[in-house]
Amino acid sequence: MTDVVATNQTILVVGGGISGMTAALEAAECGKDVILLEKNPSIGGRVAQLYKYFPKLCYPTCGMEINLRRIKANPKLRVITLAEVTKVTGDAGNYTVDITLQPRYVNNNCTACGACSEAVEAQFANEYNYGLNQRKGAYLPFYMAYPQRYVVDPRIIGTADAEKAKSACKYDAIDLNMSTQNIQLTVGAVIWATGWKPFDANKIQPYGYDRIPNVITSVELERMMDPLGPTDGKILRPSDQKEAKNIAFIQCAGSRDRNYLKHCSRMCCTATLKQTTYVRERYGDAGKSSVYYIDIRAIDRFDDLYQKVKADPNVTFIKSKVANITLDKATGNPILNGVDTEGYHRYNNPHDLVVLAIGMEPSVDFSRLGIDIKVNEHGFIEADPSNGGLFAAGCASDALDVNRAVQHATASALRAIQVVNQVS
Amino acid sequence: MSQLNATKVEKYRNHFLREVEANVEEGHWVKMCMQCGVCSGSCPLGPYWEHPPQEIFMMIRAGKREEVLKSSSMWFCTSCYNCIARCPRELPITHIMHGLAHYAKRLGLAPQNQATPKFAQYFWDNLYNGGGRVNELKLGLSLYFMNGLVEGIKTALKMRKIGQGMYFSKRMNPFEIFGGHSCKDSQGLKAALNKAREIEEAKAAQFKG
Ligand SMILES: Cc1cc2nc3c(=O)[nH]c(=O)nc-3n(C[C@H](O)[C@H](O)[C@H](O)COP(=O)(O)OP(=O)(O)OC[C@H]3O[C@@H](n4cnc5c(N)ncnc54)[C@H](O)[C@@H]3O)c2cc1C
Ligand code: SF4
Ligand code: SF4
Ligand code: SF4
Ligand code: SF4
Repeated sequence: MTDVVATNQTILVVGGGISGMTAALEAAECGKDVILLEKNPSIGGRVAQLYKYFPKLCYPTCGMEINLRRIKANPKLRVITLAEVTKVTGDAGNYTVDITLQPRYVNNNCTACGACSEAVEAQFANEYNYGLNQRKGAYLPFYMAYPQRYVVDPRIIGTADAEKAKSACKYDAIDLNMSTQNIQLTVGAVIWATGWKPFDANKIQPYGYDRIPNVITSVELERMMDPLGPTDGKILRPSDQKEAKNIAFIQCAGSRDRNYLKHCSRMCCTATLKQTTYVRERYGDAGKSSVYYIDIRAIDRFDDLYQKVKADPNVTFIKSKVANITLDKATGNPILNGVDTEGYHRYNNPHDLVVLAIGMEPSVDFSRLGIDIKVNEHGFIEADPSNGGLFAAGCASDALDVNRAVQHATASALRAIQVVNQVS
Repeated sequence: MSQLNATKVEKYRNHFLREVEANVEEGHWVKMCMQCGVCSGSCPLGPYWEHPPQEIFMMIRAGKREEVLKSSSMWFCTSCYNCIARCPRELPITHIMHGLAHYAKRLGLAPQNQATPKFAQYFWDNLYNGGGRVNELKLGLSLYFMNGLVEGIKTALKMRKIGQGMYFSKRMNPFEIFGGHSCKDSQGLKAALNKAREIEEAKAAQFKG
């Protein structure tokens, strides 16, 4: 990796989700030199963890494939995975960036044959599936991972498993002597496309995510729907692995709440509307969805989806923020307790499964990263002139859906291009 | 209807929210409620209230003055603070409930037969007349006899064991019935309390038309 060449005409993009890929491609396709850094072993970000995406309810693999083709076709763009920025100094047009590269223990020879994975015994929580299942200590992060190269988990290094993996590889692709490297790059502008993370559901104590097995989050439901995912595409109750057909969705789980996240996460109303269509897709008229909400914020053209879902007799809307969830021990059913706003009726409704429409928070705490960049009170990057040649793209700037994240990323590419154009 | 009450109705007619903001402790928070329902669903007394807090806030905004102020609802609040802990907008709901109750009482609108305002009045009279200290024996007895002589005797008999226990462990002195002890300078305290009332009434009088 020490052969990475960069100049102060180079644009560095940090984060390889949909926003980072877009910003990097737009800039590279304009003829700029671009380096795309991703901290995970694969690019793709959180969109690659969705089953389908609104508004058209198409599969994200399709958009991912188009972006991967563009990336492979572009000689101006260099992708580096397992890389994290530790420090940025300098000014617009001339930044020095310190980067730490974690070892993959697998080199370019890898054909993704999978023999190493079969040989290894140790298993770990599968990050791609939000820990809903286990993966091997030598693994491909997910089927569309880019680069298509296996990874050896650093936790098996030094164990017999590591040797097993190495001897299983027929292509001499496993190199157990790789180690952490620190490199330094000079670049002209930096685009932060580090995205978001789901708010920690354990903090919302009244909803009992940590105590009641059949309370899950919206991101977990996305993984359950994947036919190649942890439940083979079935919506299963964690307590007894039975199919859940009477499902409650709780909106604003962590968002719009001064105890947790103050902001509205904007995409979770539409995400829930989308997920009610999953329930119908799996179980037809036997699948019932109940949406508990404060107000439905399906903005502009997402209203079409809202109208469509509202017309579905299997979907009920209850205007109320649920006060708390209790567990019915005999059935494993979570019971939602609260008072509705349309008539102030008290309810105690049992459901098979509860999905928390979890809020979005920035994935990076920029104040701790030691980078001089302005963030707002929610921790998202502000568009501020004092940021010089540092820009945000997508969810690093705000809670956004894919459409808005991509528009924002294109704009940030243009801003970065303007900075490097001024460097002579 | 008291004079103060009549003039207030005139001044505010359809502006009950403004009246609450001006006169009720923490009343300026009422407009911040987003009607999510978490407070009502979290209140342990919820099933017994006629109007849970969320509804009270909506009624204030809808100008339902009499219904709110005459309601027994806010008198049920036990100050458990569950609602405050959970309200997504951090409304000081408990304090608003007590503020509304207090305001209704000042206007003479508080429900007559509800136990909480009755007890509050006994407590206050006991403290005020007893020279700055609550005389627990007298307060206890006045509570026993709150619902008449027969009920009072029944309650006293039922509680006999506890009374004896308190007596033997020197927790209660039966001679307190003949007066009891007061704080130092109880006259000074009375003067201070009178002054405080005078200030409160002057403040309220500003809203007399
Ligand atoms: C349940 C749910 C369903 C959703 N469904 C839809 C939908 O149907 N349609 C839709 O339009 N939107 C949907 N969204 C929103 C969508 O997920 C986001 O808009 C999208 O992920 C934003 O992409 P991004 O690239 O900005 O961020 P991310 O997807 O978070 O990508 C950020 C990337 O940066 C990397 N990274 C993070 N920190 C660093 C670092 N320090 N160094 C290097 N790399 C780093 C991450 O590993 C990741 O690859 C949904 C969201 C949720 C919660
Ligand atoms: S590292 Fe070797 S064994 Fe493992 S997938 Fe790659 S080529 Fe196959
Ligand atoms: S988008 Fe909907 S569910 Fe998400 S925070 Fe906003 S109002 Fe709540
Ligand atoms: S919890 Fe707070 S915001 Fe919600 S209804 Fe009660 S007072 Fe209003
Ligand atoms: S403090 Fe009062 S209003 Fe609030 S939850 Fe407790 S009893 Fe109910």
